[in-house]
Amino acid sequence: MLSTADINTLILTFKVAGLATILMLLIGTPLAWWLARTHSAWKGFINTIVSLPLVLPPTVLGFYLLILMGPTGIVGKITTSLGLGTLPFTFSGLVVASVLYSMPFVVQPLQSVFSTIAEQCLEAAATLRAGPIDSFFHVVVPMAKSGFLTASILGFAHTVGEFGIVLMVGGNIPDKTRVVSVQIYNHVEAQEYTEAHWLAGGLVLFSFIILLSLYTALKVQPLTHQLK
Amino acid sequence: MTTAITARFKLDYQAFHLDVDLSLPNSGITVLFGESGSGKTTFLRCIAGLERAPQAYLEVNQQVWQDSTSGLFLPTYRRALGYVFQDAQLFPHLTVADNLAFGLKRIKNNVGTTDLKTVVELLGIGALLKRLPERLSGGERQRVAIARALVLNPDILLMDEPLASLDAKRKQEIMPFLKRLHQELTIPMLYVTHDQQEVAQLADTLIILSNGEVQAFGAIEEMQNRVDISLAQERDAATVWQATIAEHESNYHLTRVDFLGGSISLPTIAANIGTPLRIQIYARDVSITLEPSMASSILNVLAATITDITDDNQGRSSISLQIGNQTLLAHITHKSAVLLKLQLGMKVYAQIKGISILN
Repeated sequence: MLSTADINTLILTFKVAGLATILMLLIGTPLAWWLARTHSAWKGFINTIVSLPLVLPPTVLGFYLLILMGPTGIVGKITTSLGLGTLPFTFSGLVVASVLYSMPFVVQPLQSVFSTIAEQCLEAAATLRAGPIDSFFHVVVPMAKSGFLTASILGFAHTVGEFGIVLMVGGNIPDKTRVVSVQIYNHVEAQEYTEAHWLAGGLVLFSFIILLSLYTALKVQPLTHQLK
Repeated sequence: MTTAITARFKLDYQAFHLDVDLSLPNSGITVLFGESGSGKTTFLRCIAGLERAPQAYLEVNQQVWQDSTSGLFLPTYRRALGYVFQDAQLFPHLTVADNLAFGLKRIKNNVGTTDLKTVVELLGIGALLKRLPERLSGGERQRVAIARALVLNPDILLMDEPLASLDAKRKQEIMPFLKRLHQELTIPMLYVTHDQQEVAQLADTLIILSNGEVQAFGAIEEMQNRVDISLAQERDAATVWQATIAEHESNYHLTRVDFLGGSISLPTIAANIGTPLRIQIYARDVSITLEPSMASSILNVLAATITDITDDNQGRSSISLQIGNQTLLAHITHKSAVLLKLQLGMKVYAQIKGISILN
């Protein structure tokens, strides 16, 4: 069965993933909206930046984040001068890294659903006395409901599943940065296969249920379509 | 005509320009007519604030909505207007009832809104209220869209080719509702179309746009008989007269109707004497003779004076005729015009082969 340490890593994992998902939705929604509507020359560039974590090895991203957020990095200097200390090997650092790493999984489903909403639909809302913010919350959000669901679930699940970047930025500190994927690695290293089975099997089940609910109950387009 | 709307827009895009300066009446239907690319939709969008013309002055019911000299530009959602798009644009996630309520909820304290019930009844959508837009036909969707705009009791109702995306049968399904709005509401309407039939059936005032400029503007009765404008040159060119039922000749199954300047006979119309009518006469159904031919089967022959002649250089002449206080448009061959030696001011007889009743 699961030990206390295992349960703690699970709780920590869901905390990181939950917080990262909220942050990703807050940042990703306006970003995806902008990407879906803009004709700006910057669109391609920003799209590339957002999608980069899809193709980069997580260790590469982790390595640069470690340097950037470390005591000599730009971000590190800023956080230190704000009295926050440095972010690597902390819970906050883990969340920041997760946000960057899983962002494409939130932005892309949102962007694709936003681009299906016709400009005229928003114009219709304006002729019915709805201002831009009002239209966004009462026309766009309900029309993009499936996109928000997909984005939240994929962002959350992908954060739960990350390993490389967590190890680089978070380390392996019990109750602070040790998440479930790292814990499985620890068990295997220590040849504790039964414990590894419980955790690994649990994650398989978790992922299976999430995808199954996406594709059947919510009738969301397969992920391969959304990431086009 | 009392002015409700003063609209001046000047806009220059690379391939398109708009330059209009109009005062529109505060009642009835004003039809904006023109070919695609003539700027009619852009003009409508400028009024709605969906498009921002760099040089503009727009005043609706003594309220300035846009004035480029002072930089004033009221955003669309602050303008007291109703807008009907070509393809309805109902919100797919809301039922018909919620679509109707969308704008109502956003009007402060609902003062002056047209009674929702009245509008629902006027457009015959009572049975559709609980449905989602995906379960409506094209015609039903458009009726809901019109209702959704009307319940706000706007200062002006803007309609952008509301029938263009519908087939002929659906158009006929909506037309009676549009006519009812026309009769029962006092809201001025601005209606964009490129369809002659819609002009004939709905227009009180007509604006003809061509290449972003006003080619002609005036009451429908004057406009239809001006041979110098593109409308008169169209194959389907027609004249619309206001008339009243004067007498029923039941033994001939005919009804005599009076118009300003004379009377004509029509197949029996089941309506009381004194009922007003709109009748339409296609220019191609009017022929001209020099004598009041007694030996003709054509019943409606009217004495007329030629007031204008235009040739289209393709063998057709458009003749404008004065009959009493009315004018009538005739399309005849150029050859006939030459053989009859038609000239301005000449007294002739117009033979009318066909008349249709519009309401």
